[in-house]
Parts: sequence; structure tokens; C-alpha cells
Amino acid sequence: MKLIYFSWIRERIGTGEEEVSLPENVDTIASLFEWLKSRGEEFEAALEYPDVVRVALDQEHVDDRQTSLTGVKEIALFPPMTGG
Amino acid sequence: MTKAIPDIRIQAEDFDISAEISQLSEGRGDIGAVVTFSGLCRDESGTLAALELEHYPGMAEAEIKHFAEQAIERWDLCGLIAIHRYGKIKPGENIVLVIAASSHRQAAFDGANFLMDFLKTHAPFWKKEHLNDGSAGEWVAAKDADEDALSKWDNRES
Repeated sequence: MKLIYFSWIRERIGTGEEEVSLPENVDTIASLFEWLKSRGEEFEAALEYPDVVRVALDQEHVDDRQTSLTGVKEIALFPPMTGG
Repeated sequence: MTKAIPDIRIQAEDFDISAEISQLSEGRGDIGAVVTFSGLCRDESGTLAALELEHYPGMAEAEIKHFAEQAIERWDLCGLIAIHRYGKIKPGENIVLVIAASSHRQAAFDGANFLMDFLKTHAPFWKKEHLNDGSAGEWVAAKDADEDALSKWDNRES
């Protein structure tokens, strides 16, 4: 599973992307957030305001935090977008 | 009539607005209106040295293409170009270009407006400020007004 981070979430975590093996019980976006926060204070800082964090599964926006991660290859976490 | 195919480009380089309009309209007799929007980097009253634009490669193109195809369908556009730059951009330089072409003007205005509204809120780009005094700038915060702007496209027949 590839995790990708952008903008200030990337800066707080200290890396742009990583390969991880998710524990079996980490099977939704909500449980992913909890697991990430347990990995250290840099992740806690990045997910300090979880409601503002946007999620893309295989490059598609997903709002529902209960969405299953089964079969997903790439998860991106980022703040609200400011393009244009 | 076959649907127009949107021309979406994510690039570091600048773009030439006149050349892009020519490329879109050259040799065609069906286009009666071309609306061009370009977004530039502001200097924020002289405090800003540059913006640094980060993007999510692959998803950025796909998101813009998705909404560009919706715009073509909804307003029956003859053509649509969207170019978004990334990297370091200085005040006065171009950031984004949208060109919508249609038979009549209202469709081109609406199509370009629609694409810009969705591009701002859905395309994965983030701006970081670099300040003139050398201090580390902030990441630009998303504006509620941009999100609110989307509602005007709800439940409205084109």
C-alpha cells in the first residue's frame, strides 16, 4: 500500500510518500487515521484536525470515512485544495 | 456531431494565450465565441516573492478532465483547453488558463466559469507563499467562498 502526503500534511509528517503494510484491522479511512496517529507525534500533528484532511483512494476523492480500503493501492492525504 | 475532447495540460512552463486561442479555433467555422480566463500570481501588496504550486500528478489531470468533460456535455462546447502550471511562480506570471469555445457566447462564458469553480475546489493543487522579507510563508488557506461558488451550478438546466 502506497501512502502519499501533500502540502502541510507532507511537511508535518516529514515525507511525501511511503510504502506500508496496513494491519488487518485497518480497513477503513477512519481506522487508517487512528493507526497513523499511533505511529508518532509527526503523524499526530498532521492529523490534528482530521476533519479538514481530504482523502483520495486511487486518485479519487472520497468523503465517507467509513469507506473500505480493500483493494486500494494508493491512498493520498491532503488539505483542502488551493489551485486556480 | 462528435463531442469535443478537452485539452488538459499540467506543466511547469508558461503558456501563450494567443497561440492557444489560435490552436483551438483555426480552420473551424462552427465557433462563434471564445471565452478566455487566465489566473495570475498577485504580489499581495508587495509582500509576496513567489507562490510555489504543488500538485498530485495524475489525479490533477484526471480531475480537471472530469469536470471539463461535464462542461462540454452541459453547454455543448466546441472546444475546451485548461492549462495549470506548477512549481515556483512569481507575481505577474500566469498560473492557470481556461479557454472555452462555443457557437454562442453564453455557453462559452458559463463553461469557462464552471470549469474554474470546480478546478479551484477539486483539482489537487496547493499554494505555498514565499515572502519578500525572506521569512517562510504559509500554505494558502482554502476559502469558503470558493466552495460556496459551486452551488450556483446545482440543479440548473443549461
